[in-house]
Amino acid sequence: MSHDEAIDPNQPLEFQTEKSRLNILGFWIFLGAEIALFGTLFATYFVLTGRLADGPGPSELFELRGVLIETFILLTSSFTCGIAIHEMRRGSRKGLMIWFILTMLLGLGFLYFEIEEFIHYIHEGASLQTSAFWSAFFTLLGTHGAHVSLGIGWMTMILIQLARNGLNSTTARKAFIISLYWHFLDVVWIFIFTGVYLLGMVM
Amino acid sequence: MQLDEFFVTGDPLIYGADVSIILSLIGIIFVLTKYKKWKWLWNEWLTTVDHKKLGVMYIISAVLMLFRGGVDAMLMRAQLTLPNNEFLDSSHYNEIFTTHGTIMIIFMAMPFLIGLMNVVVPLQIGARDVAYPFLNAVSFWTFFMGAMLFNISFIIGGSPSAGWTSYVPMAGNELSPGPGQNYYLLGLQVAGIGTLLTGINFLVTILKMRAPGMTLMRMPMFTWSSAITCVLIIFAFPVLTVALALMTLDRIFGAHFFTLMDGGMPMLWANLFWIWGHPEVYIVILPAFGIFSEVISTFSRKNLFGYKAMVYSMVVIALLSFIVWVHHFFTMGADASVNSFFSLTTMAIAIPTGVKIFNWLLTLYKGRIKINTAMLWSLAFIPNFVIGGVTGVMLAMAAADYQYHNTYFLVAHFHYVLISGTVYACFAGLYYWYPKVFGHKLNETLGKISFWIFVIGFNVCFFPMYFLGFAGMPRRVHTYAEDTGWFELNAVASVGGVLMAIGFVIIVYNIYYSIRYAERVKTGDPWDGRTLEWSTPAPVPYYNFAKIPDVHGLDPYWQIKKEGKQELDIEEERLEQIHMPDNSGVPVIMSVLLFIAGFGLVFEWMWMAIAATIGVIVTMIMRSFDPDEGHHVEVEEIKEIERNVRRKED
Ligand code: HEM
Ligand SMILES: [Cu+2]
Repeated sequence: MSHDEAIDPNQPLEFQTEKSRLNILGFWIFLGAEIALFGTLFATYFVLTGRLADGPGPSELFELRGVLIETFILLTSSFTCGIAIHEMRRGSRKGLMIWFILTMLLGLGFLYFEIEEFIHYIHEGASLQTSAFWSAFFTLLGTHGAHVSLGIGWMTMILIQLARNGLNSTTARKAFIISLYWHFLDVVWIFIFTGVYLLGMVM
Repeated sequence: MQLDEFFVTGDPLIYGADVSIILSLIGIIFVLTKYKKWKWLWNEWLTTVDHKKLGVMYIISAVLMLFRGGVDAMLMRAQLTLPNNEFLDSSHYNEIFTTHGTIMIIFMAMPFLIGLMNVVVPLQIGARDVAYPFLNAVSFWTFFMGAMLFNISFIIGGSPSAGWTSYVPMAGNELSPGPGQNYYLLGLQVAGIGTLLTGINFLVTILKMRAPGMTLMRMPMFTWSSAITCVLIIFAFPVLTVALALMTLDRIFGAHFFTLMDGGMPMLWANLFWIWGHPEVYIVILPAFGIFSEVISTFSRKNLFGYKAMVYSMVVIALLSFIVWVHHFFTMGADASVNSFFSLTTMAIAIPTGVKIFNWLLTLYKGRIKINTAMLWSLAFIPNFVIGGVTGVMLAMAAADYQYHNTYFLVAHFHYVLISGTVYACFAGLYYWYPKVFGHKLNETLGKISFWIFVIGFNVCFFPMYFLGFAGMPRRVHTYAEDTGWFELNAVASVGGVLMAIGFVIIVYNIYYSIRYAERVKTGDPWDGRTLEWSTPAPVPYYNFAKIPDVHGLDPYWQIKKEGKQELDIEEERLEQIHMPDNSGVPVIMSVLLFIAGFGLVFEWMWMAIAATIGVIVTMIMRSFDPDEGHHVEVEEIKEIERNVRRKED
């Protein structure tokens, strides 16, 4: 059986080969591991809330405006990423690429505001070294931000491959997988938004 | 940093090690160059993505690590044999028990079992490789490089000395300054990547690549145990990843997760460590259960008694293993209700474990039992493991644990489960599957001799430790006074330790001896096996199966043999081309770069860490652009290979 390459035309492009189906399933399982990873970081964060030593507290520093902008940008990027996959399903490479580029730009915008926010906190005397609480804060948010950065780099690679090789079952699979990753980061952000920022502001 | 701080100096033992390392390196380079084997090494091994070869490399590395961990053990026994002994000072002793524990669990037990999984699981389910052969190579090389990073600590920079559990504040900067503890953090971190990838890889392989007709409830028990182990890995290892990263941030970047100052919480480490750590001990025991199930069923010539109960009990064990972690620190300040809860969940694990014991016994019952080395290890496992389990239940009673905790009673418990569980299983699996990979059996006489010496040695070494524990001897002490009365039992234990070392040497010698002198096996099925791996020729062609078998029940190969339609007729059969993955040098290069990045962080040389990390990213980009289409094996080539392996059989 050369089942690795058998094409199943009844499936969407990204599911057509056995290899693609395996890779997508594996990626879902990887996301399961990522949930365990972020779950641990969240647990750490909640355990360490209130352990401020002599440093400032979250309610003194968190500002709704910046956080809302970040949230809005990132949620929109999930939406554009969804449209990109929709375009891919319609067979439009151009649509896919344009919406991916938009997604990336939004991702970069998110990072810009997040880094700005971090710099602001550091100026106010809250850094990784300040207290257990801020260590946990920066590690949780930093891990998420690092994932977003990685996602942008990864998406760039896929865009180059789409431009070079066109839309085929391989590039479609890759595009689909990065879209899963991107949505996942959005879900994590929703927990950060509520668990870290909203709770932090009321407490 | 001064050179004499970089290299560990002042101890003749270490100088001896330095010399032997340099000599073996020169020796290896010389032999490879003299026999022009560099290219062979690169093409056949370093770049391979073949699950069988990766499995072999895992097992070889694990045996080396068993040697290294074993030397540590011998040093500890030598120190403890006499009261007030001055052979090792306390800090040296601390380093040795730390590296011993870490190496044995992370770099010996797990890789040995993962190596056997690599060799066996695809064959058992009738697959040609794993789901992601490339990632499989990444798994191996990150494990290997992580192990190397951890191991060089004893000659460069100094070893960690805060125990394999690395409790803070012991493991913090104040009490463990210098690179030692960093080696622990980064060695485990690099190797952990590989373990997580293995978990995902094998789970997908088992879920998706089984031969037609092999439903979940027809999978061999070793495959089942591997699948459940993968689930444990997938959910437990990210916790370790985070815990190690947080401690790295504390030590190198000044964060305050576990520090005593600025709001840090030392108990958080203990919790995170054991949330990973308890599932980890089940990661190294479930595959062992799988191996014993295969061996006992094959050599009792019966199918496994209570197959379904075996599967369900493993699932229950896996679930429970995530909610028992506090039993490792009953004495560290949790209140009575918390302790009671974890006490109960811990004892509950004994139930499914007991179910399995009875299943093995009933598989033996009325079987036509054949005794050989693999079977001997499995038979010895049952009573020894029961001792380990029963003492585990004793420890699980929180109130009583105040008495046993951190005494030699605990040391005896976990060696009874880890050695008579995991290590016996590794040896049983080695003897059982060795002919499949190498085409000859290991010598039975030497096998039996080593078995008896090792098993007797093991019991002589560790049974007295239960009583040392009752007598109050704490673990992790480098010496004791004469009037404690602990001398006699310690001396007995050391004798047992020497016997185990002799047993190990005979096992290794047996491999050498059998390669030279053993008769080649004539068929791929030297044990009259039951599962699909025995339907392939030995050694197995790299594509495993010329034709993917059809499965109609449990123990499919047994069924095929019973129905008398054993032989695959190569000339008659309609074969198709086979698609196989290509080799790749990326995994090994990526892992070397990870090693360098880790080494940079160990010494806090950021330029090095950053440069190597960029290198890792470059290799990932290279991989992304690699079309990786694989290649085809033509029907003629398959026939040629099959004719050759089968000609031998006539
Ligand atoms: C019937 C099943 C088992 C029970 C009830 C049990 C119970 C326990 C308890 C309560 C402790 C902590 C004692 C203390 O620190 O005072 C412990 C420690 C330990 N157990 Fe088990 N156990 C069982 C099986 C296993 C198995 C199968 C393994 C591994 C293959 C294992 C490996 C360990 C290790 C490595 C430690 C000590 C770790 C350390 O502190 O360094 N146990 N066990
Ligand atoms: Cu435990």
